[in-house]
Amino acid sequence: MMSMTLRRILHGLGLLIVLCFTLFPFYWMVSSSFKDQTDLLASPPVWFFTPTLSNYADIFADEKVSGAIVNSLVVATLTTALSVILGAPAAYALARFNFRGKSDLWFWFISNRMISPIVLALPVYVLALQLKLLDTHLVLILIYLTFNLPIVVWICTDQFRSIPIELEQAARLDGADQFTIFRKIYVPLGLPGIAVSAIFSFIFSWNELLYALVLTRRNVQTAPVIATSFMSGYELPWGKIMATGTVIVLPVTIFALLVSKHMVRGLTMGATK
Amino acid sequence: MAQTQPKLNPGYGRWTPFWFLAPAVFALLVIGIYPTISALITSFRRYNITRPRDGFPFVGLDNYVNILSDQTFWQSLGLTARFFLTVLPFELFFGICVALLLHRPGLGILRALARVSLVVPLATTYAVVGLIGRLVFNRDFGIANQFLNAIGVGGLDWLGSTTGAFIAIAVMDIWQWTPFCALIFLAGLSMVPVEIEEAARLETSSKTAMLRHVQLPYLLPGLTAMLILRSADILKLFDMVFVMTRGGPGSATDLVSIYIQRVGFRIFDMGTASAQAILLLIVTIVLSRLYIKLIYKEIE
Repeated sequence: MMSMTLRRILHGLGLLIVLCFTLFPFYWMVSSSFKDQTDLLASPPVWFFTPTLSNYADIFADEKVSGAIVNSLVVATLTTALSVILGAPAAYALARFNFRGKSDLWFWFISNRMISPIVLALPVYVLALQLKLLDTHLVLILIYLTFNLPIVVWICTDQFRSIPIELEQAARLDGADQFTIFRKIYVPLGLPGIAVSAIFSFIFSWNELLYALVLTRRNVQTAPVIATSFMSGYELPWGKIMATGTVIVLPVTIFALLVSKHMVRGLTMGATK
Repeated sequence: MAQTQPKLNPGYGRWTPFWFLAPAVFALLVIGIYPTISALITSFRRYNITRPRDGFPFVGLDNYVNILSDQTFWQSLGLTARFFLTVLPFELFFGICVALLLHRPGLGILRALARVSLVVPLATTYAVVGLIGRLVFNRDFGIANQFLNAIGVGGLDWLGSTTGAFIAIAVMDIWQWTPFCALIFLAGLSMVPVEIEEAARLETSSKTAMLRHVQLPYLLPGLTAMLILRSADILKLFDMVFVMTRGGPGSATDLVSIYIQRVGFRIFDMGTASAQAILLLIVTIVLSRLYIKLIYKEIE
């Protein structure tokens, strides 16, 4: 029988290992972004070094990187806004109306979560080529709806169901029409769910690579595409690469921490409720 | 679904649901279904973008027949399955360990910190996970080789060797997705009623008995979800592997999405690539039907 103290120590040790496991690669990226090339290529690795901001100065001076971050911001923000505008009313209908084919429709929304982007990337590339939409923000904004709409619909349906139906009935007795009910009751009261779904939608769009890789050329490359584009050539600028990585990951990590309670829900679409 | 719904006031018009749903449904039809149908049509054509002069004639089932004899495609599917079977046991095992550590009472602040830290790998941009992997598994100065050297085992040319590259992408996947399993298991553990857990703790001091008889039933729904979601996600897996290895060396990490991408966007053989994508889609649809049947049944 182990003593209580020993168990506590083991428990603490285990938790520390978890912390190291989850944070080490992240730490390694961030610390590498502050190293100069000599420290980066040092063997054995240097743990204590004089940090330099030159990598960050380099990437912010590089118009390609700053342009890519602006592109990512534009695409992620607009596709998120569009997903919420289209998805929230649909979620309301799924939460509060009964109609034929409702469960089929709901399953259809959900099953979009499973489809591999490569399935759509091929035909969308051909279509975009024909419609001269390649390398535009619009094509990314639209194609990202395929994974953002389902997440908005799922989280908002769940949220709207938790709003007492009596409020709606009372409003209807007062003569409010359906759209007013949605706008005046469901949107304000469902705001937490709408916000969570918007954050997820932003994170997914910000992180996306495959569509961005095949549907953009020079003008609309997003941040992940630029980060991977450094990966060719003879001597890789590791400091710049890691600085770009850090700049890409930092905002979404902060967003993710904001919704950390809903993380499982967002990634499984409520499968583990 | 109808049973769980509260009685609705029928005070809405027959077409009201339609107006609320129409924009979203229309959008998904245009951007989701229309391209899928177009891929299906392309899959019956000889369609090489680099040779527009040949036209894009219909060739019946030729593309599908070619796929049947295309070793590389089946190898990439097999590799994807092997990747799934490699990473999943680790993710489940580490996931349950982490969940148990986090579920155990005591050490409040450290526990909260560890729990929050699980979000970090999950939120990390997949492409950036690949970049980190390139750095960590670099042959000359990567930390993985430094570590191996330090404990006296020689370094390895990770990304340049067949097994090394496979292990490297598996490690990065395990890093990113173990937290996902841990969080789902943790949610399962917290569903066990406190009274039952405490009563069981008085009965037995054995952790394994506790896990098997008391906690396991609450973990099973999450387990099904993980199996199916991870399999769907690995069929989709592209970003991280593309950045780390581009499918190489040779075809060592040529997972199915990477392979189809290469056929479509490097060789520009859209006909074959579309046929492969359609086959992948069929696999995915079967999976998601299974998923919905197994998981959402309980909720509905």
